Amino acid sequence: MGEAGRILLAHGAGGRLSHRLIELFVDAFDNPILQQLNDQAVLDPPGSRIAFTTDSYVVDPIFFPGGDIGRLSVCGTVNDLAVGGAEPLYMSASFIIEEGLPLDELERIVHSMAREAASCGVKIVTGDTKVVERGKGDKLFINTAGVGRVRDGMELSPSRIRPGDVVILSGTVGDHGMAVLTKRKGLEIDIPVESDCAPLHTLVAAMIDASRGGIRAMRDPTRGGLATILNELCESSGCGMLIEEERIPVRSEVRGGCELLGLDPLYLANEGKLVAVVDRDCATAVLEAARKNHLGRDAALIGEVLEGPPGRLLLETSVGNRRILEKLSGEQLPRIC
Amino acid sequence: MSSTIRYIDEFRRKGPARAMLRRIEDVAPRECVSIMEICGTHTHSISKYGIRGAVPTGIRLLSGPGCPVCVTAQADINRIVEFSRRNPSVVIATFGDMLRVPGTFSSLEKERAEGADIRVVYSPLDALEMARRDPAKEVVFYSVGFETTAPTVAATVIKARREGIRNFSVLSLHKLTPPAMKALLDSGDVNIDGFICPGHVTTVIGAGAYGFIAKDYGAPCVVAGFEPLDALYGLYMLLLQLRDGRAEIEIEYTRVVTWEGNKRAQEVMYEVFERADSRWRGLGEIACSGLRIRGEFSHFDAEKRFDMGYVDCDDDQAGCSCGEVIKGLVAPSECTLFATACTPETPMGPCMVSSEGTCAAYYRYERI
Repeated sequence: MGEAGRILLAHGAGGRLSHRLIELFVDAFDNPILQQLNDQAVLDPPGSRIAFTTDSYVVDPIFFPGGDIGRLSVCGTVNDLAVGGAEPLYMSASFIIEEGLPLDELERIVHSMAREAASCGVKIVTGDTKVVERGKGDKLFINTAGVGRVRDGMELSPSRIRPGDVVILSGTVGDHGMAVLTKRKGLEIDIPVESDCAPLHTLVAAMIDASRGGIRAMRDPTRGGLATILNELCESSGCGMLIEEERIPVRSEVRGGCELLGLDPLYLANEGKLVAVVDRDCATAVLEAARKNHLGRDAALIGEVLEGPPGRLLLETSVGNRRILEKLSGEQLPRIC
Repeated sequence: MSSTIRYIDEFRRKGPARAMLRRIEDVAPRECVSIMEICGTHTHSISKYGIRGAVPTGIRLLSGPGCPVCVTAQADINRIVEFSRRNPSVVIATFGDMLRVPGTFSSLEKERAEGADIRVVYSPLDALEMARRDPAKEVVFYSVGFETTAPTVAATVIKARREGIRNFSVLSLHKLTPPAMKALLDSGDVNIDGFICPGHVTTVIGAGAYGFIAKDYGAPCVVAGFEPLDALYGLYMLLLQLRDGRAEIEIEYTRVVTWEGNKRAQEVMYEVFERADSRWRGLGEIACSGLRIRGEFSHFDAEKRFDMGYVDCDDDQAGCSCGEVIKGLVAPSECTLFATACTPETPMGPCMVSSEGTCAAYYRYERI
């Protein structure tokens, strides 16, 4: 491949090459707001409260089984809005590109983002590009922001969690973390597992519709995995929680890989799963609604909220004894998303 | 992967585990018994599956010197930290846990932030590959581990010699398990009624290596695997021996452990290494308990290639009980620093750093 096939510093200098990059984005993301090429996107208010989120994506490698950094950035942003009970509407996307990135890789990623955004009904309406010298970045980092419309009367918050509530998990844990790990340089191992990277807004909507107001809080267990997210819910609600190890779905490939590498699937990242704390009375309805959606077909009731110990998460082990389940300590795996 | 599952799930089922616990209750003696395991993976397994809390209260499960990071003497930690400070152009490759072990004045992690070239590897072969790729750099593999790790390191040294890689060397802090068990029994510091012997170490050295413990000390030994059912069944076998007044070596982990061990691994290990006296945290100097590189491989011995220095010092930092924890004398929760000044984020001693350390296991799983 000649130099013309790679990102050059000049692509970020604002001149002719920069313009070519802008064309790539505008053509792929294809919407009237972006096409105006203003310094800002001007949006009509959606007529309700809005949810607003931001995230950065630095996953290594940028292509992994089941996804790529672009698709991940759209799903991640959509999911952060969705678990707040918001319908995703608009996104920004900023690209920090390392000099030397093959242009065709950038194109594949941009088109992957465009496809995912279109399928979610979210418009990428503003963005930016910067190029940094070789060695000063690592191929590609993407920063996004997202805006969504919050459903009327929707109030999801850990402060609403009460003892007696139950915990629903939408499917298998650890798929994304293991998929990325298998392709990590120096660790290439042959485990047939794909990232679960997927947008959760339709699953969330189905669960909310079925719940009749009984969903207290929702989270997507990304970095730090299920154990870390449940600990956060315990801490912010001040309640205790007991989950059962045997009820947590884990793919056999992921479990095998974890054994091999000395990892715990409960701490591995997920990019297409959610945890909902739900009023016990509507648990069956919510679980059934989740299982009807293909992204929730393995949904399971994994535990319940207790009075105490306050802020602590307990796990009933397969031996039948209880132990604490801590937050992730330190870094199990850097740059997972 | 289906075979993997057969070896995982079948040893973790709740029904059989409960049934085994009932059998343990049936044979548990009325008086207190102390059972020691000497492998970090057992320590971790017992904590993780809640086994300590599930067995009858009269059975005390102690953790011995089974974590390779933890048993490394403070003076050895200090000298590699010092070496990294004095030699920023030398690459020091080691396992991740070694970076965070606090030395008396600094740690490898801190020296790395200051500019020392310290790299984490998953295998000694990764360190050899670094040396191959960059012949102008000296690469020192800072090597800890028991009989499980030593054969791989030995094979790496043989490979380095065969391929003529001259800029690779090993600082060997390898240790042997049976001499530490003997030292612990000889010290009389701690009362041990029986041993759960390490599964993976024994795949290499063979169950016969513990014969002297049963014969000379009258302590029964069972070599057990690491899944909850392995640990429970191993414990049950030990309790049966105690009930019947027997002191024998038995193997629970029959799917991998034999009486002779892995002859090929032993040959490779002793082709490169020879037994030497070694200093252990908490236990002090133990005769013939370590592995040093033989003279014919001296080119690959970092101690011969570089001035590594050695300054004797106390093992434990002020207030840290790691030395006592390693001997099973003190439970982590009895240390005044535990979960207050000393946490996985701010470890005061190696037992809180290592994923195989006793304090880390208690911190992570046993603070209900």
